[in-house]
Amino acid sequence: MRSPALNLIAENLTIDRGGRRVFQDLSFSLESGTALVVTGANGIGKSSLLRTLAGLVALAKGKILLEGGEDDKLPQEHAHYFGHQDAVKPALSVLENLKFWQSFAAPAQTAGFTGIQMTPAEAVETLGIGHTAQLPAAYLSAGQKRRLSLSRLLVTPRPIWLMDEPTSALDKASEQQLLDLMNGHLTAGGMIVTATHTELALTNTKILHLQAVAPDASAPEEMLI
Amino acid sequence: MAFWDYANPTRFLKLVQVLLPWLVGLCVIFFAAGLYMSFFMAPEDYQQGNTVRIMYIHVPAAWLSMMCYSVMALSSIGTLVWKHPLADVSAKSAAPIGAAFTFMALVTGSLWGKPMWGTYWVWDARLTSVLVLLIMYLGLMTLWRTMEDPIKAGKAAAVLTLVGALNLPVIKFSVDWWNTLHQPASVVRMDGPTIHPDILWPLMVMATAFTLFFFVIHLMAMRNEIMRRRVRALRLRAAASSHPGTAAATAQPAE
Amino acid sequence: MTGWAMALFQRDLRLSIRVGGSALVGVLFFLAVVTVIPFGVGPDLNLLARIGPAILWIGALLATLLGLDRLFQADRDDGTLDLMLMAGRPMELVVLIKCLAHWIATGLPLVIAAPLLAIFLNIDPIAMGAVTLTLLVGTPALTLIGAIGASLTVSLRRGGLLLAVLVIPLAIPVLIFGVSAADAAIHDPVPFLTPFLILCALSLIAAVIGPVASAAALRFTAD
Repeated sequence: MRSPALNLIAENLTIDRGGRRVFQDLSFSLESGTALVVTGANGIGKSSLLRTLAGLVALAKGKILLEGGEDDKLPQEHAHYFGHQDAVKPALSVLENLKFWQSFAAPAQTAGFTGIQMTPAEAVETLGIGHTAQLPAAYLSAGQKRRLSLSRLLVTPRPIWLMDEPTSALDKASEQQLLDLMNGHLTAGGMIVTATHTELALTNTKILHLQAVAPDASAPEEMLI
Repeated sequence: MAFWDYANPTRFLKLVQVLLPWLVGLCVIFFAAGLYMSFFMAPEDYQQGNTVRIMYIHVPAAWLSMMCYSVMALSSIGTLVWKHPLADVSAKSAAPIGAAFTFMALVTGSLWGKPMWGTYWVWDARLTSVLVLLIMYLGLMTLWRTMEDPIKAGKAAAVLTLVGALNLPVIKFSVDWWNTLHQPASVVRMDGPTIHPDILWPLMVMATAFTLFFFVIHLMAMRNEIMRRRVRALRLRAAASSHPGTAAATAQPAE
Repeated sequence: MTGWAMALFQRDLRLSIRVGGSALVGVLFFLAVVTVIPFGVGPDLNLLARIGPAILWIGALLATLLGLDRLFQADRDDGTLDLMLMAGRPMELVVLIKCLAHWIATGLPLVIAAPLLAIFLNIDPIAMGAVTLTLLVGTPALTLIGAIGASLTVSLRRGGLLLAVLVIPLAIPVLIFGVSAADAAIHDPVPFLTPFLILCALSLIAAVIGPVASAAALRFTAD
């Protein structure tokens, strides 16, 4: 057995977006090798939670800690964010896109995480878009762009993957491939936080179900925003 | 009670409730005294005659236009560094007031300039700097209006306010430079090194009256802004009644 | 350390060259502004020679402002900006490098075009050199100050106009000393070096304030 070298801890997360309290006092912890599947109704704050973990949404209260991470880095700098947007530049070729992300995003090496770093060529080959490597990304279909975006996660090793609806725009075959990659990441000691509507066959999962509670009694007079 | 406790808007509103009548009273007294002094007691200028009395409006307005920006800059530090919720409200409510004072300074300045310079507008260093300040105020107000989310708008405006505060001395310096380059000092300067007490006293009283006036309307504007945000919060709450803003999470291990 | 900086620089440069020929549009706009002025003030060559440096500077200012709104917006629209914020690189440097690439793609062509346009305005060779030199030193400051406006308006759909309104007051000192230095070379009320060195100082100050403020704005308005 592997000892859990990494531990992602969220304490009392509370966030406001656009003046609306999205959720409050959300706490969980996640060990390496585990996937956290966030479920819940539309608009409940699944995407917001992922973006919060990615450090893109400011916390109104609470904190995010990563035990066992590199000291001089923030938790989100150990993470890959795979969201709805592909961050693919149509004017650059597939390999140029990927090479940029490989050099630009700093890898995060932590004890216990043995994820390997692929070269851009290997990564596109793995995801089955190797034949498009030299083409400008403008010629890619939506699914191919999605896979190109996914290959970003393979060229820079980072232990945390934050994946928002990872299976969208992917066909059955690619979905299986994605699951294999995700399971591989977990076996290598990484961790995944994913928001999804579909069942994902992952090896070691925890479920975080977000649900609405009755309106609390906090008086609106106390609210400024 | 510590100053920070007034971060709570409700407590702040109570304080405003208590403070405001006193401030209004003081402000009225100072205005009455100041206006009387500047219109009836202060001497006429031997050259400009009665026109010089515009100064008692113009100089305090110009002074307030600067002070208002300082209030905004301090509030912006409060927004960005201490994330004080009232700081943002304070900065936002100060902007239109500052713009109004700046506009007043420009209008009285050019009315005063007409008999002096023979034209409503000259590209005098000080007038030009004040004009640039007005553009900055209006730009900030536009930024606040165009951004939907009040928190984000507040932060963006705070960054711009601080950049502006750093830049204002540079702008002032460069406009002065530009002015001396293009037109040698031919403008009659009002602020000689010594101001006669007959002029100074009315001016000081008027300046105090203007400052009090600023605090009165600033507090009122802050109160309105807090109300406005509450209305917004209540509306958002009403719209989101299906999932009312809060969510509880349960984490359970699953196989 | 420098690998990522180089990668970002190359990527931005490639993008601005491949997408829409932004350099060319900027220069064309510059040409259009300079062409339009004589129709406004009349074809008097002496007058044009006198106000020529000012026309070139205002043209360069407007052309710079025109291209700035896409500085961060293109990256925000496709999610790249989010990933940049979590890439573990200092955002201030990221902004600085993006500004540098943007200036090379859009500002430098303006500087190169300036001597050509100076011919239309009857500016003599020494003044031509002076204007070009001041533009070379001063336009980076415009880009860096403009970056603040670009990051503040990054989330707005039609932020271009607001950006210009926000940036112009901050750009006034650059304009004043740029034109003063160029004028000083033609008919010297002051030595050329005084305003020129102040212009250099303004560019250096902008290289600090611009990236710091702009990175702060990008972080605060991320959502």
